[in-house]
Amino acid sequence: MEIVRRVISVIVMNESSVLARVSGLFAGRGYNIDSLTVAPIPGSELSHITIVTYGNQKVIEQITKQLNKLIPTLKVIEHEEMVEKEMVLVKFPIESNLSDIQALSSAYNGGIVNVGIDMVITMVADEPVRIRHYIEAAQRYNPIEIVRGGVVAIER
Amino acid sequence: MQMNGAQMVCEALIAEGVKTVFGYPGGAIMNVYDEIYKQNSFEHILTRHEQAAVHAADGYARATGEVGVAMVTSGPGFTNAVTGLATAYMDSIPMVVISGQVPLSLIGTDGFQEIDAVGISRPCTKHNYLVSDLADLPRIIKEAFHIASSGRPGPVLVDVPKDITAEYGEFVYPSDVNIPTYKPNCKGNDRQIKKAAEAIKAAKKPLLYVGGGAVLSDAYTYIRELAALGQIPAVETLMARGVMGAENPLLLGMLGMHGNYASNMAMSETDLVISLGARFDDRVTGKLSEFARYADIIHVDIDPANIGKLVDVDYPIVGDVTNVVKKLLEELKDINPENYASWRATLKRYDDLHPQAFRDSDEVIKPQWVIERIGQLVGEQAIITSDVGQHQMWAAQHYPFDRPRQWINSGGLGTMGFGFPAAIGAKRGVPEKTVINITGDGSILMNVQELVTAAEYQIPVINVILNNNYLGMVRQWQTFFYDKRYSETDLSFQPNFKALAEACGGLGYDVTTKEEFDAALKDAIEQNKVCFINVSVNRLENVLPMVPAGGALYNMLLDHKE
Repeated sequence: MEIVRRVISVIVMNESSVLARVSGLFAGRGYNIDSLTVAPIPGSELSHITIVTYGNQKVIEQITKQLNKLIPTLKVIEHEEMVEKEMVLVKFPIESNLSDIQALSSAYNGGIVNVGIDMVITMVADEPVRIRHYIEAAQRYNPIEIVRGGVVAIER
Repeated sequence: MQMNGAQMVCEALIAEGVKTVFGYPGGAIMNVYDEIYKQNSFEHILTRHEQAAVHAADGYARATGEVGVAMVTSGPGFTNAVTGLATAYMDSIPMVVISGQVPLSLIGTDGFQEIDAVGISRPCTKHNYLVSDLADLPRIIKEAFHIASSGRPGPVLVDVPKDITAEYGEFVYPSDVNIPTYKPNCKGNDRQIKKAAEAIKAAKKPLLYVGGGAVLSDAYTYIRELAALGQIPAVETLMARGVMGAENPLLLGMLGMHGNYASNMAMSETDLVISLGARFDDRVTGKLSEFARYADIIHVDIDPANIGKLVDVDYPIVGDVTNVVKKLLEELKDINPENYASWRATLKRYDDLHPQAFRDSDEVIKPQWVIERIGQLVGEQAIITSDVGQHQMWAAQHYPFDRPRQWINSGGLGTMGFGFPAAIGAKRGVPEKTVINITGDGSILMNVQELVTAAEYQIPVINVILNNNYLGMVRQWQTFFYDKRYSETDLSFQPNFKALAEACGGLGYDVTTKEEFDAALKDAIEQNKVCFINVSVNRLENVLPMVPAGGALYNMLLDHKE
């Protein structure tokens, strides 16, 4: 069966150990986690977990069913029509060509967000595939550190 | 009403109608034991090991259909309970286990007898709780009982820190449960049920595939009615023995690795599998691509995750087996049993060709004979528990189970040491039945300490040890698949089982002839005490038929020639 990439949102009660239940499920049943983000949903007792995973259709179906089975799970959304964004922070040495870095970052809807005596930090938030392209392009400016934020998604 | 957390635990158990708690005290749970001492509403059975306490609660639940309750302390008390939790989890048994925990202030400090109980038990419980606020305690216990017994049942752990059980607060036990994220669907979709009914009417070779869910849902009268209405043949899984009733002419037997010929051939040739509370376990299906290869599949299961997990399903129905089968009966009023006459005739021929049988002997006692003999002598009057191994399979194959909850065994996890404590729990739950644990010389030693429990509380469980001086099932695999290299399976060095039973306050019998067996069982029933009946059986007997692991169901070893 064909391996597909899926973005799954899990709406859970915001209670202790709920993240361990979700990540433990993936570990215990041998499912892949490509990225996982979690944050409280404003004005509620719920949290929104976004998981990017890979698997064949049977595995993806099991993942959503097993997530649904967890007692604190309110809703599982297997995204189809979504807006999907990821953030990345990149630290460059100050010796790099700052105008090149600025131009590169703004091409990906980002820019320089912090400058110190020996480094400069950029931030880009965009679709995951464009984040990958940005990181590839950034390689020629000798990045010191790259921190990806993981995917968040919202169904249209 | 003001009380401490320990008293709240007891009051909650009383409010849930708990009659028996199996457990073992220790430091972190002592406050609760102090309150147990002061009350008379439920009894506490002190097992001699925490694992046995949980298995006993499990056996109690399986025999009665009620939620079993066990209580253990923190650290090693809890870790000893894990095998019991996992056993109940794999077989979907409703159970609440309450464990002590170190005080909240010590959690995370590697305190004495501290272990992360909710972390360890997460994959082997339906749900678990660490109580971090006394105000939550009544609600949590209420929810624990609800979650354990609703939807697909399972064990729930409530881990209670010692300072919570000491703290005082207002006790109000909630009258109902509201968990917005937990609403199991039990009804079954009407449109899907209609479609399934049409498929049954259109089929030429339908087969009922009955699993443990049928027992849990107490669906047996409706399933028997469904089979009778359409004259549809049925096979049972290991967990479903007794649902159809041994005398039922429509029951072909048990299917799977040690299923009988007719059952496995029926599954291999059917054109419509009607799965009722079964989950297509690998010990049932054998090679998946060959399993029910000509069939469409109706899958009725209360757990949506079971549907489509292993086989592709044509008619998925999420719901409680009882509810769905009731509706199916409505839809199938005009079914014509004659449609399946030639299918039944084919299966009858298969059964005549290779019936579930064994070659008896006059020189040695065949283990299968012992099972049949127990069936003849106590039959319907008994609840049979078992451990895990050859004896378990022989019991499942040869005992005439008449009703569900008569057969109690660890099917999913396959836990050696389950049978004896489970029998103690079953006997406490259903005292009017004779409870017999069919076990082996390997299994019985894992929880043999429960002789003391059974003797102290006068719980007259009969343990029939089918003693072949081997770890028999592993030995059988070594014979078949490892060129007879009997690595660590020779159990010739044994305790004196008769003396061991007697030393612990029970009765012991050594049996080497059929006459001695009859006499021993009769005496054991009359004496009404916990006992070991140590039966020397044919050493190298194999469980047959056998589908080698990963093989197709229709490729059975029917006989093994030396």
